[in-house]
Amino acid sequence: MTVTVYVPRDSAALSMGADEVVDAIVKEAAARKQTVQLVRNGSRGMLWLEPLVEVQTDTGRVAYGPVTAADVPALFDAGFLNGGDHSLAHGPTEQIPYFAKQQRFTMCRVGVTDPLDLAAYEAHGGLEGLRKALAMAPAAIVEEVVASGLRGRGGAGFPAGIKWRTVLGAQADQKYVACNADEGDSGTFSDRMLMEGDPYCLLEGMAIAGLAVGATQGYVYLRSEYPDAQLMLSTAIARARAAGWLGDDVLGSGKAFDVHLRMGAGSYVCGEETAMLESLEGKRGVVRAKPPLPALVGLFGKPTVVNNVMTLAAVPRILADGGAAYAALGVGRSKGTLPFQLAGNLKHGGLVELPFGATLRTLLFEFGGGSASGRPLRAVQVGGPLGSYLPESQWDTPLDYEAFAAVGGLVGHGGIVAFDDTVDMRAQARYAMEFCAVESCGKCTPCRIGSTRGVEVIDKMRGKERDRQEALLRDLCTTLKDASLCAMGGLTPLPVLSALDHFAEDFAAD
Amino acid sequence: MPSDAPSAHAGALDPAQSAAVSAAIERLRDLPGALLPILHAVQAELGFVPPAAHEPIAAALNLSRADVHGVVTFYHDFRSAPPGEHVLKVCRAEACQAMGCAQLERHVEQRTGVAKLHGTTADGKLTVEPVYCLGNCALSPSVQLDGRVFGRVTPARLDALLAAAQRGAKGGRS
Ligand SMILES: Cc1cc2nc3c(=O)[nH]c(=O)nc-3n(C[C@H](O)[C@H](O)[C@H](O)COP(=O)(O)O)c2cc1C
Ligand code: SF4
Ligand code: FES
Repeated sequence: MTVTVYVPRDSAALSMGADEVVDAIVKEAAARKQTVQLVRNGSRGMLWLEPLVEVQTDTGRVAYGPVTAADVPALFDAGFLNGGDHSLAHGPTEQIPYFAKQQRFTMCRVGVTDPLDLAAYEAHGGLEGLRKALAMAPAAIVEEVVASGLRGRGGAGFPAGIKWRTVLGAQADQKYVACNADEGDSGTFSDRMLMEGDPYCLLEGMAIAGLAVGATQGYVYLRSEYPDAQLMLSTAIARARAAGWLGDDVLGSGKAFDVHLRMGAGSYVCGEETAMLESLEGKRGVVRAKPPLPALVGLFGKPTVVNNVMTLAAVPRILADGGAAYAALGVGRSKGTLPFQLAGNLKHGGLVELPFGATLRTLLFEFGGGSASGRPLRAVQVGGPLGSYLPESQWDTPLDYEAFAAVGGLVGHGGIVAFDDTVDMRAQARYAMEFCAVESCGKCTPCRIGSTRGVEVIDKMRGKERDRQEALLRDLCTTLKDASLCAMGGLTPLPVLSALDHFAEDFAAD
Repeated sequence: MPSDAPSAHAGALDPAQSAAVSAAIERLRDLPGALLPILHAVQAELGFVPPAAHEPIAAALNLSRADVHGVVTFYHDFRSAPPGEHVLKVCRAEACQAMGCAQLERHVEQRTGVAKLHGTTADGKLTVEPVYCLGNCALSPSVQLDGRVFGRVTPARLDALLAAAQRGAKGGRS
C-alpha cells in the first residue's frame, strides 16, 4: 500500500533541513520495502515545528515535527506511516490548537496542497473567483472588492476597491497590474509563504484585478532575497500559461491577461510603490513625488494597480464567496482577516491568520507561547522596521488599523517581532536610524543626511550631553516626519521615539 | 545611501566575460525595463557586474554609461568585483537581532577577518555580506549560504555549514 507523506518545500522548512528529511525518508522506505508517495507542500505556518512531516491516514493527516533526518529511522520504527505514536507526534494536523484556532481565508490552501499541482488547486476552490469575475462587468468586480472592505496589506491600508475604481475610470491604451512582492519588513514572511505555498492564488488575484480595471499585463516585483519563491512563481506562471489560465485567452474567455516576474536587487526602499515602479522600468529605485498617483500614471507611464501580494491573494475568495462574507469578518474599518507573522524571540513563531481585532497579547502568548529564551518579553515591534516598539502596557491593543494608529503604532504588513528583557532599546533606536541611512533613496535631505546624524546623536546621548542630545534627536525626528517625501524618512521616528518614550531607562546618561 | 562615486577605471572584459555580457544583452534587451534583468543575468553568470560591462549594456539599451553605473551602484545586490568561492549573507534585521544575531556577526568577523560583514576573506574563499531579512524571521537568526537559507544558526552551526561548503566544491546560487 502506498502512503502519502507531506514534507514542505517552503524555504523556512528547507532552512531547517526539509530536503535532508526527504532523502532520509526515501532511503529508509526503500530499505524497508515500503512505498511512500512524497508530496512537497507549502508550510502550515507552525514554523517552530518545521520540518513538519505529515502522513495521510484513514482519519486524516497527522503531524510529526520538528523532524530531522536523524529522527527518520525511529519514526519508521514507531510506525509513523500508520500514524504511530512517537515523541514528535502531534496528532491530526488541523486539530493542533495553533492551527485550529485560526481562520484561514487568504492562506486556506497553503500547506494543504502541492503548490504547483493545477488539479489540486482547482479541487480546493481555486479558479472559482476568476470564473465568476469572467462573467461579470468590470465595474461589478470592482464594486465587489469595494464591498469587501479589503484594504491594502502592504502597509498603508488604503482600500483596494477604491484604488481599482480609479484605474478602471482612467482612459489608456494599456494598463498594468503591478504586484508588490518586495516584502522587505523584518518579521514578515506571509507573502513568501503564499508565493511558495499557493502561487496560483496570487496569479488568480492578479488576473481578476486585470479584468476589473482593464489591464492585460501584470508584473510581480519579487525581492531577490527569495530565490525559492522565485523558482515556485516562475514555474507556476509557466504552467498557468500552458494550461490557458493566463495568456491571450484566459480560461477560454477570449480575454487576455499575462504575468511577468521581475526581481528586485536588495533595496528596501524599492518596496515603496513608486520606487518599485522606477525599478521595474530599469532605473534607480528613487521615490516619485505624488501626484500623479500610480493609479493614473504608473508603470511605463500607464494607469496601474499596485497591490501587495496579500491584498491580491485575498481577492479570489472575495469574488468566490462575495464581498459581504469578507466584510463580516474583522472589526470597525478593518475588515476581513490578516495573516499575522510571529517572529523574533517567541517559542512558537509562525503564521497566524485571524480576523482583525485580536490583541497583541493573545498573539504573543496564546499563539506565540511567550519568549523562546524563557525570559520575560519586554518590547514588541509591530509593522516592520518603520513600526513602533510597544511596551507591555500596550499589548492589549486590538490589532486593527485604527486602534494601532491611536496608540501611535502601525499594523503594516502584520509582522510582530518580540524581544525579551535582554534587549537594549537604545541599540534598537540606533539601528532604526542606521537602517534608514543604509536604505534611503537619497531624494530628501532629512532622510539621506538626517538619519546618519541620528545615529551620531544617539551615540552622544550620554553623560552631561544626554539631555541636550535628546532634544536634538526629537528635533531631528520632527524634521524627518515633516519633510520626507515617503514613509521611509517619515516613519523612522516611530521606532526611534517609541523606544525613547516607552523605554527611557535604556537611554540613561551612564 | 548608495554611493555616486564615478566608476573605477574599467579594464577590458576578457573573452568569457564579453561572451556572457553579449548573451545576456541579446536574450533580454527587448524586455520592457530590461536593465535590471540584464544586470542580474550578468551577475548570475560571472558573480559580479564588471565595470567594463556598463558600456556595452548602455549602448544596447540606448542609455548613458552613467545611467548604468547609477543603477549598478544603487542596488545592494550588484557587485563590481568578483566574490569569493562562497557567499555568506548574514541577516542583521530586527527579528534576527531579537535572537542574538549580534553574537553571530561578531563570530563571523572573528572567524573570517571580514570587518562589518562586508568583504572577502584574504584567501578568496568566502565573501560575507549583510542582508536585511531573509523572510525566515520565525526561525531566526538566519543566514544564506550560496543561495540557501539556514535558520536557528548558532556560531557552532555556522562553522559546520562553512566547513561543509568548503569541503564541497564551488558554491551554488548566490
Ligand atoms: C519604505 C517603504 C517600503 C515599503 N515596502 C513595501 C513592501 O515591501 N511590500 C509592499 O507591499 N508594500 C510596501 N510598501 C507600501 C507601498 O508603498 C504601497 O503602499 C503598497 O504596495 C500598496 O499596495 P497595497 O495597497 O495592496 O498595500 C512600502 C512603503 C514604503 C514607504
Ligand atoms: S523619505 Fe527617504 S526614501 Fe523616501 S523619498 Fe525621501 S529620501 Fe527617499
Ligand atoms: S529578520 Fe532575519 S530573517 Fe527576517
